Amino acid sequence: MTALTHSPMPAQVGLLAARAIKGTLRNPAQMVFPIVFPLVLLAVNAAGLDAATDLPGFPADSYLDFALAIPFMQGALFAALNGGQDLARDIEGGFLDRLAMTPLSGAALLAGQLGGALFMGLISAVLYLAVGVAFGVGIAAGAGGALVLLLLSLAISSAFACLGTFVALRGGTGEAVQGFFPLFFVLLFLSSAFFPRDLIEHEWFRTIATYNPVSYMVEGIRSLVISGWDGQALAQAFAIALIAIVGFLALSARALRTRLVRT
Amino acid sequence: MTHERAIDVAGLVREFKGGVRAVDGIDLHVAAGEIYGFLGPNGAGKSTTVKVLTTLLPPSGGRATVAGFDVAREGAKVRASIGVALQDVALDPMLTGREHMRLQGGLQGIPRAERARRGAELLDRVGLSDAADRRSKTYSGGMKRRLDLALALLHNPRILFLDEPTTGLDVQSRTALWDEVERLARQEGTTVFLTTQYLEEADVLADRVGIIDRGTIVAEGTPAELKAQVAKPTVEFTPRDAGQCSIAAAALAPFGEPVAARRDGSIAVRLESGADQLADIVRALDHAKIAVAHLALHEPTLDDVFLAKTGRSLEGAADGGTAEEIAPPRRDRVAA
Repeated sequence: MTALTHSPMPAQVGLLAARAIKGTLRNPAQMVFPIVFPLVLLAVNAAGLDAATDLPGFPADSYLDFALAIPFMQGALFAALNGGQDLARDIEGGFLDRLAMTPLSGAALLAGQLGGALFMGLISAVLYLAVGVAFGVGIAAGAGGALVLLLLSLAISSAFACLGTFVALRGGTGEAVQGFFPLFFVLLFLSSAFFPRDLIEHEWFRTIATYNPVSYMVEGIRSLVISGWDGQALAQAFAIALIAIVGFLALSARALRTRLVRT
Repeated sequence: MTHERAIDVAGLVREFKGGVRAVDGIDLHVAAGEIYGFLGPNGAGKSTTVKVLTTLLPPSGGRATVAGFDVAREGAKVRASIGVALQDVALDPMLTGREHMRLQGGLQGIPRAERARRGAELLDRVGLSDAADRRSKTYSGGMKRRLDLALALLHNPRILFLDEPTTGLDVQSRTALWDEVERLARQEGTTVFLTTQYLEEADVLADRVGIIDRGTIVAEGTPAELKAQVAKPTVEFTPRDAGQCSIAAAALAPFGEPVAARRDGSIAVRLESGADQLADIVRALDHAKIAVAHLALHEPTLDDVFLAKTGRSLEGAADGGTAEEIAPPRRDRVAA
C-alpha cells in the first residue's frame, strides 16, 4: 500500500478551492452571466432612476453612486447560487461519495466550497468597482475605503455562499438551490437597495426594509461610496455578514454530517 | 496481506425508513486475494451491501470487518485500506483525467512527486494516457469507467470494491476491465469484491460467488460448486399453440422432473440422463403432434442456480434484456 499521510487541512481546502475555481473558469456561463447581468441592471437603473436624486433628502447626486452597491449584492447571490449548484451536482452525481472515501474533513469540504464562491465574488467585486470608477463614481472613503468595500463584499459573498452551501446540502439537488434563490432576490428588492429607507413612502415597505438584514449590508457598501467612513453602517454590515456566516456555516456543518453518513 | 479474511460479515442488516430491509442478515467471508462475485438482480441489496462495507452507510445491525477493521467503528481505517468504484461513475466533468488523479491523490495524502508518478502510471495502465489532458465530460462511458477504476486504485488499496463496473459498457471495454481486475487479483494480490447482475461476469471472473436476492444470500460457493447443485441440463419448450401446454408437459414428463421455466407459456424439464435425450424429446413432441415455437437446451448456469434457489430468473436474463445482451449464452443451443 502506498504510504499515506493525511494531507493537512489547508492543503485539502486548497485542492478543493482550486477545483471549484477551475470549474468556474471553464464554464463561461458561470462567469459571464453573474458579472454582466448586475452591470446591465445597474446601467438601466442609473439611466432610468436618476431623477430620484432630485428628491429632497436623497443622499447622492448621482443615482449611479447610490446604486453601485446593488451589483455587489447581486454578484454575491450569483456566486452563492453557482457554488450551491456545483455542490448539489456533486451530491446528485456521487462525487461527494468519492470525496467521502478520502480522508477529507467536513470542514475542509465546506471551506473549499466557499473558496470557489469567494474567488468568483472577488472577481465580480473588483470588476463592479472598476466599472463604477470608470463611469465616474467617486469612492468617498478613498482608496482605503475601496479596499474595505472589497473586504465587506467578500464577507457578504461568504455569507450568501454559506447559505447556498446549506441549501445544497439540505436539498441535495440543483433544483432545490435554484428554487430557493428567487426568495433572496425578493429580499433584495424589499430592502433599501433601490431607495433610501427614509424616503420609502409606504409604511409596510419601509418596515420590511428596516427589518431586512440585506438593507444593512447594502447600506454598509453604499456608505463607503457616498458618505465616507461611517462606523455604524460598516459595523452593522460586517456584523450581519459575520452572523450569517457563522449561522449558515453551523447549519451547513450539521447538514453535511447528515449528508455524509460515513462511519 | 496481514488478514487472512479480507472481508468478514456476520448477520449484517441495513434497514431504511419504513422498515424496508435492503440487507437482511447476510453472512459472508472473502479471503485475501480472492475475487468475490456478488450476484443478484436489481434491487437485491448488492449496492447497499457495498455502501455499508465501504462505510458510506452505517449498518442497522450485525457486524462487518474490512481489512480487519470494523466498518461501523473504524471507518477511517477501512477507507484507507479500500478502493471503491461505485455504480454511478462519479467524475467532475470539468476536470481532466490527470486533474482527477491529482485531486484524488492530494486528498488521499499521497506525496506530490509520487502522486504524479502513480497517476501517470495508472492512466497508462487503463489506457487513458492519450486522453489524460481532456476533460472527463468528453470521455466515452468506457473511458469514464476506466478512469473511475484508476482513481479507486490510486492509493494502492488492499481491497477493491467494484459495484457493477461493467454496466453499460461495450464488449471491448468490458473485456479490458475484466483483464485488469484479474491482473490485480492474480498479480498484485488485491482482494476484489465485485457486484454484478451479469451471469457471465460472475462466472468468468469470480473465484467464489454469493447470490443475493431480496436482501439475503441464497447461495454461495465457487461457480462450479453452485452449478453442480443443479447439475443436470434442462430443456425448455414452448408450444406454438398455448393450449397444448398440458399435452407437452405429459410428453416431456418421462424425461425428468419439471422445473420453473424462464419464459411465460413454456415448460421446462431437468433432464435425468443429460443432453443426449434431446433427440428423443423432439421425437416425442413430434409423435404427440405438438408444433414447436421454441426449444432450448440449457447447460447449468448461475442463472439456473438462482432459478433453483428463488423460483425466478435473474432480472434482465429473464426478459432477454441486459444480461443476455452483454453475456450471450455461449453454451446454450437454441432451436426455434
